Amino acid sequence: MEYFDTFVSILGSAIRLSIPLLFTALAGLFSERAGIFDIGLEGKMLASAFAAACVAYWTGNAWAGLGAGILVAIIFSLLHGFASITNRGNQIVSGVALNFIAAGLTIVLGTAWFNQGGRTGQVPPEGRFSGIVLPGVEMMRDVPIIGPLYANVISGNNILTYIAFLMVPLSWWVLYRTRFGLRLRAVGENPGAVDTAGISVVWLRYRALIVTGFLAGFAGTYLSIAQSAAFINNMSAGKGYIALAALIFAKWKPVPVMFACLLFGFLDAFANFMQGKSLPMIGEVPVQIFQALPYILTCVLLAGVIGVARPPKAGGVPYTKER
Amino acid sequence: MSLQSSANEPAIELVGIDKKFGAVHANKNINLSVGKGSIHGIIGENGAGKSTLMSILYGFYHADEGEIRIQGKPVTIRDSQAAIAAGIGMVHQHFMLVENFTVLENVMLGAEGGQLLAKGVAGARKELKRLEKDYGLEVDPDAVIEELPVGNQQRVEILKALYRGAEILILDEPTGVLTPAEADHLFRILQVLRDQGKTIILITHKLREIMAITDTVSVMRRGEMVATRKTAETTVAELAELMVGRRVLLRVEKGDANPGPVLLSVKNLTVKDGRGVTMVDDVSFDVRAGEIVGIAGVAGNGQSELLEALAGIRKPVSGEILIDGKPVESADPALLRQLALAHIPEDRHHMGLVLKFEEYENSILGYHHDPRYGRGAMLDLDAVRKSAEEQIEKYDIRPPNPRLKTANFSGGNQQKIVVAREIERDPKMLLIGQPTRGVDIGAIEFIHRRIIEMRDAGKAVLLVSVELDEIRSLSDRILVMFAGKVVGEKSADADEQTLGLMMAGIAA
Repeated sequence: MEYFDTFVSILGSAIRLSIPLLFTALAGLFSERAGIFDIGLEGKMLASAFAAACVAYWTGNAWAGLGAGILVAIIFSLLHGFASITNRGNQIVSGVALNFIAAGLTIVLGTAWFNQGGRTGQVPPEGRFSGIVLPGVEMMRDVPIIGPLYANVISGNNILTYIAFLMVPLSWWVLYRTRFGLRLRAVGENPGAVDTAGISVVWLRYRALIVTGFLAGFAGTYLSIAQSAAFINNMSAGKGYIALAALIFAKWKPVPVMFACLLFGFLDAFANFMQGKSLPMIGEVPVQIFQALPYILTCVLLAGVIGVARPPKAGGVPYTKER
Repeated sequence: MSLQSSANEPAIELVGIDKKFGAVHANKNINLSVGKGSIHGIIGENGAGKSTLMSILYGFYHADEGEIRIQGKPVTIRDSQAAIAAGIGMVHQHFMLVENFTVLENVMLGAEGGQLLAKGVAGARKELKRLEKDYGLEVDPDAVIEELPVGNQQRVEILKALYRGAEILILDEPTGVLTPAEADHLFRILQVLRDQGKTIILITHKLREIMAITDTVSVMRRGEMVATRKTAETTVAELAELMVGRRVLLRVEKGDANPGPVLLSVKNLTVKDGRGVTMVDDVSFDVRAGEIVGIAGVAGNGQSELLEALAGIRKPVSGEILIDGKPVESADPALLRQLALAHIPEDRHHMGLVLKFEEYENSILGYHHDPRYGRGAMLDLDAVRKSAEEQIEKYDIRPPNPRLKTANFSGGNQQKIVVAREIERDPKMLLIGQPTRGVDIGAIEFIHRRIIEMRDAGKAVLLVSVELDEIRSLSDRILVMFAGKVVGEKSADADEQTLGLMMAGIAA
């Protein structure tokens, strides 16, 4: 029973750790399926985490924080669009630049406004998204196996967690069942086909990037005012890149993206759990091994061991009309 | 002045269309009128302005001056959307299809019939059925594009245009990627479309197609519409002369071959492509000194991989390549060059040239180690430029400026740069891929003459081309490749139909 409790607690922690990955990977899904590589997911997450923490601190309203987080992430997305769609710049360079801007700007503004070495002020409880206890938890608690899973994994999460999981079928539906989704997937494969069908490639790609910003805003907000109660320097800590790895691992498809993020979240939770513990026969395993696993798995995938990951064909290439 | 091209009322008229790109005058005062329910050909060399004109019609560019009239009414075509609304459909040379979408998705793209796909799907299926019935355009709506043969992909492009209600269909070099049989099928479809009242504009550089299918034809040269004729009242010779502005020899003059010893020999060669698919399957043949061996086949049947294996770019899986009777041990282009094998690659942009280099830099590509160009570790730039100037002079490369960026030369002149570089090395064996792809008629004549001269000088020449006419007029022997195998050998006087059937894998 003790092992089971440990398992449940790792699982709960895995869910919490996978949510920012899930939002970010879905964000990347929209821009990359539209043919815009987005290495700047990390920066968007960081900037929106900062914006959400500031606004939540000042207003004491979590939803206002979320709004600010989304707004800032969309602004970053539009900058990426301006550089790489309108001016046909290199998407990787633009994304990296935005990451640097986010890393620097959050520290400068944070220090100027809060004087705590880059930290924002402590966000009051009403300015945060806290856990929601789902109905029936008390009733279920004594049911073996299902009870603890329901109480500690399914229930007790904040609203953003549930939104994240709702975004998965929603993203699938948008991509595969709507006109916007059809056009978005088409523009990532062959923008010429979209252009000659009389659809504006530029506007379509901008709209995809707005969706990307919207979702990345949730990710950042989750970091600063759901998972914690303040913004801390570089609190995204490479999650944007892990999300990108999850996106590739999931071959740019929404439902696999969810499983990839859960897997990577689980590895993260497991690494935390293993910290300082030793395995029988092996001894203490450095946590870095677990932390590196998502990247190793992605490399293995890219090497073609677990099937071929075929990226959107027009990804990374600015569109210019023929001739 | 408006040239009326048909007795019927005009479906589309261009009046005084003019377009400049900086100093380049791409279209000069173009007047054209195409009758409803007719097939009109537009022919001209590369850079004559055909593509610009069609891009204006399809809303990619805007004319500086002039008027477009559809069914007698002036229209402004700001973008592709407006062109579609005006009833113009375009079948592009490189298909504008999303390869991992189904036929149905491709047809619906841009004409989905509502925010949700579910709404439009049933209607689209019904409409596709109707188009299939009316015009004989059979294609499975649920097939994925990349799994369809090229001919069917092109049918999807035509369906896309018709689905959007096109009355005027523009086809840009539609037969470049088709087998002769597929091209015939396309022509039958176009005839059905015409008989049902559609207007078709066919852009091509193949004179034979113009003669076979069009009702009327216009010739463009250097941005001008120089003539419009009824097809029945003109000849291939007249059209060729109008295109180039002088008399052209369409048939290469050459004497009999005088084959010597075997220089290049291929034994049981098997080559796989990057995906691991066998592209060349157990192929054997010889090329002798003083003969041209042509390899005919539809693009994608293994000719490219064969050529790459012979040039040392791609390592064969099994089999042997012998030069002068000695087996070539390793796939190494530099080693092969030392053995006097020169290679004019199929795609000059990807393999033959670095477009951003100046002309003289490209003129020594692959021969940097030649002591003539070197001073120890340094290049002797004076020597390089001098040799580049000699090549420019001898091959009539225009403009004659070795310091010009290669991208700024026309297709024909770029090809001459490659040809000059490889031939001037005086090789014993010459591999040539698509020597005249995207090259204008004047330069074609020039390049063909050079190839014959190489043969007459006792070199072994292996020629790969998807242009059957080119293979037939240059080769002394013709090998036909289909699905990676050499399916047969014919002499140079084999008729086109026989070769066409072999290329389609139907007869051996």
